[in-house]
Amino acid sequence: MSSTPLLEVTGLQKHFPVHAGLLRRQVAAVKAVDGVSFSVAKGETLGLVGESGCGKTTTGRMIMRLLDPTAGSITFEGREISRLSQGRMRPLRRDIQMIFQDPYSSLNPRKTVGSIVGAPFHLQDIKTEHGVKRAVQELLELVGLNPEHYNRYPHEFSGGQRQRIGIARTLALKPKLIVADEPVSALDVSIQAQVVNLLEDLQNELGLTYVVIAHDLSVVRHISDRVAVMYLGRMVEIADQADLYTRPQHPYTKALLSAVPVPDPAARKERERIRLTGDVPSPLNPPPGCPFHPRCWKAQPKCATEVPVLSERTPGRSVACHFPED
Amino acid sequence: MGAVVMLVIVSMVTFGIFFQLPKLAGQTTDQLAASYVGKAPTAEAIADVKERLGLDDPLAVQYGRFVKGVFTGQDFSNGPSVEHCAAPCLGYSFRTNEPVLPTLLDRAPVTLSLAVGASLIWLVAGVSIGILSALRRGTVFDRMAMATALAGVSLPVYFTGLVSMAVFVYTFRLWPNGVAYSDFTENPGLWAWNLVLPWVTLAFLYAATYARLTRSQMLETLGEDYIRTARAKGLPERTVIGKHALRASLTPIVTIFGLDLGLLLGGAVLTEQTFSLPGLGSLSIHSILSGDLPMVMGVVLLATVFIVFASLIVDILYAVVDPRVRLG
Amino acid sequence: MSTVYEPSAAPAATARAFLEVRDLRIHFPTDDGLVRSVDGLDFTLERGQTLGIVGESGSGKSVTSLGILGLHHRKNSRMSGEIWLDGRELVGADPDDVRRLRGRAMAMIFQDPLSSMHPFYTIGAQIIEAYRIHNAVSKRVARKHAIDMLGRVGIPTPDKRVDDYPHQFSGGMRQRAMIAMALSCDPELLIADEPTTALDVTVQAQILDLLRDLQQEFNSAIIMITHDLGVVAELSDRIMVMYGGRSIEQGTVEELFHSPQHPYTWGLLGSMPRLDRDRTDRLMPVKGSPPSLINLPSGCAFHPRCPHAQGPGSPCTTVRPELVATAAHSGHRVACHLSPEQRLDIWENQIRPNL
Repeated sequence: MSSTPLLEVTGLQKHFPVHAGLLRRQVAAVKAVDGVSFSVAKGETLGLVGESGCGKTTTGRMIMRLLDPTAGSITFEGREISRLSQGRMRPLRRDIQMIFQDPYSSLNPRKTVGSIVGAPFHLQDIKTEHGVKRAVQELLELVGLNPEHYNRYPHEFSGGQRQRIGIARTLALKPKLIVADEPVSALDVSIQAQVVNLLEDLQNELGLTYVVIAHDLSVVRHISDRVAVMYLGRMVEIADQADLYTRPQHPYTKALLSAVPVPDPAARKERERIRLTGDVPSPLNPPPGCPFHPRCWKAQPKCATEVPVLSERTPGRSVACHFPED
Repeated sequence: MGAVVMLVIVSMVTFGIFFQLPKLAGQTTDQLAASYVGKAPTAEAIADVKERLGLDDPLAVQYGRFVKGVFTGQDFSNGPSVEHCAAPCLGYSFRTNEPVLPTLLDRAPVTLSLAVGASLIWLVAGVSIGILSALRRGTVFDRMAMATALAGVSLPVYFTGLVSMAVFVYTFRLWPNGVAYSDFTENPGLWAWNLVLPWVTLAFLYAATYARLTRSQMLETLGEDYIRTARAKGLPERTVIGKHALRASLTPIVTIFGLDLGLLLGGAVLTEQTFSLPGLGSLSIHSILSGDLPMVMGVVLLATVFIVFASLIVDILYAVVDPRVRLG
Repeated sequence: MSTVYEPSAAPAATARAFLEVRDLRIHFPTDDGLVRSVDGLDFTLERGQTLGIVGESGSGKSVTSLGILGLHHRKNSRMSGEIWLDGRELVGADPDDVRRLRGRAMAMIFQDPLSSMHPFYTIGAQIIEAYRIHNAVSKRVARKHAIDMLGRVGIPTPDKRVDDYPHQFSGGMRQRAMIAMALSCDPELLIADEPTTALDVTVQAQILDLLRDLQQEFNSAIIMITHDLGVVAELSDRIMVMYGGRSIEQGTVEELFHSPQHPYTWGLLGSMPRLDRDRTDRLMPVKGSPPSLINLPSGCAFHPRCPHAQGPGSPCTTVRPELVATAAHSGHRVACHLSPEQRLDIWENQIRPNL
């Protein structure tokens, strides 16, 4: 791996203020993301997993600069981008692109596929060698769509094909980094696999770097090189995919993995299960100390008072836990 | 809190418009005063009126005097006699030689009768037609109802009002003496009978809007998941519609109803004119036409009070109906 | 195994399964044409058993469940065939009789517990209502029952939470409350339509455990509709795979996962990345998209997407395969033109090694 990572995020925070009362004073803050650090090397896929409300989507939006971070830094190719103005950010938007979850609402129904996929060329005022149409048709072919469907409208396509259209639009400007927020969760199982394979092929072909945000642990394992697990706005564990899935060190990661239903009836009796009780606490009022301690079966008094720091235990593997598993 | 601010702003703007507009239009204060004196104004009389009304004072001073009057009352010298206008004093009309507030209070019951009666009719009629239309979507009933509703929305009140007068009053002679307002306290039967035509005319206009709104709300609600759940529980269809669907559909209608009613209480101008009802609406027309500024001011302020009050009630009602609003 | 399918046995009233669906067809006339959402469906289910129905969107699984409950509008749908629930036929029955069975003999849990509960009524009021339609009891008794039910589905301090509104509950708690409502009249048949799809994985595990425990307690029959093969494997006794409005394979959970016979089932298994295996390099998706229900492909509806289909003119493209037992007296049935030997060969040599 190269010395400078393509993307480096340090101490990233996003607090959404809560206003109340007659004068709309700020009475509290939802700590959606509360100190997240990770880096992504070029050509690598980082999976970001966690349950709803853990801050994974907010993190993705901050990398895209769709949201402004409250604190922390985001470095892209060695350049600090977290404080850039929207105008200064503009040229960088070519390099960082996003794939959205819902292929139905993210495509303008009144525009043809050709103009949707070709829009980035016009927006960024890019000259193409053989005209925009030719470039769009090449993109359609690249994502496995018929280039002759250039003039069709989104509603003429199935969900999986629409997601391909979205991906083609993302690829138009030859981005270096793609943030994919739940790219397959709205799709049927058989279609999910098609899109996952497509994403992998494109990565090999174009040398793309992905940050994949998803709640489906099986999909994340399949697609990622490294995986980061988030809980209540914090990163609890980050490791190589193989290490994380075979030997999770954070109790939450372990519980998360054991909760995934396995499509094998023989395994249903033998499997060791960890059942978490209760719900994820509100990010408005997170528990003191380790955010996971109220649901953790290994919690000690120390966990309720001291926030565990994400620390590297072995190279490439960091855990934020006072009593990690081995 | 917001309501009070609203009232102050509206009173200032109205005051500014009505007392400054003539000047902007090129009228001198002399001409203004002359119009109060009557026929054959003398220079003395004009100066006297100007002096009495303080027409030459800066606008802010005049407004300050007006506000002071609201809280402490005010004396108006009317030639030889001095009229005392007790607090809350909204001013004194030199056209009618009456203080403004009692006149308003005198006219308000007519408007109130008209607005409340009509709103009850349109609420019941509009909502039930809307529900039936939604349940029988695509049938002849639905199409007829929606066509009628379209007509109701597009036809102005003075048209429907005059047509109904022509048919029921002059042709069929159901009201041999014409439609005249009579007091509720004197004869409730006669009161209601005389108001039937204005009620129905006014309600027709609003019922049309409400029928269309109810229908679309109802259709939307019937597609909700919780309606499917209600059916899955084995509830009879009338409970599903009458309880689960209706409550959700009516919520936005409550809002609009409150605001419409507040607006109407300020005077149903066209309807009152058409049927010659002595309400606030016809009062405001007469006052505007005769340049009776204190009276116009009073009507506008009263209307604002009604609207502000109605929106306050709506907010409270909304919280009662929808628990998600209540708990923030 | 509780259900044994005998192809030749005439359906005798005495030998009926608890739930028996025969040649069920549910069609919707639309402006674009007739939508054949369910087109000739047969299956049975016994008390205390769980049937998992698996399929992609548009396969007819949800339409089937709403059809069993009689929730399709008679005006804009056409339903034929037979549904026998505990000896009563439902398709031809008076809608009001079916209505009286809903909630009492058969109940349903839906995918999104937030939108499936009325936002303006408290959780308690909604459970009380469900209970009092079918039981002549006072409000006080019904309320006590509601609190009791909330406690049984694992809601802490049920006597306080009973007066909360749905939006005050978390996603998992709401689904528990939905289950409490569905079970309030002790139904014999519970249909769960994607009950955990909207939930987080740790909460999903809790809900699946709860359903399993409650089934033992109430001995109800459960139909579990899902697209997640992991969820059916966890909970089901039998599995039915649907495609294009028909059942293309049925069997016990072991048969379906350890020796599946239909190419579409293979496709589903190959499509999903699995945590219980080593990571594969590539997934093996089914090519193409699910078919249009207005214009279903001729012959086997799956043939345009099937890698094992024979070319034009073969039975795959002309004759619709019937659902037949894989062996005499076996409950494992499959609708495919490939011979059993071919299927076994493909499964053992091409599919299984790559899963």
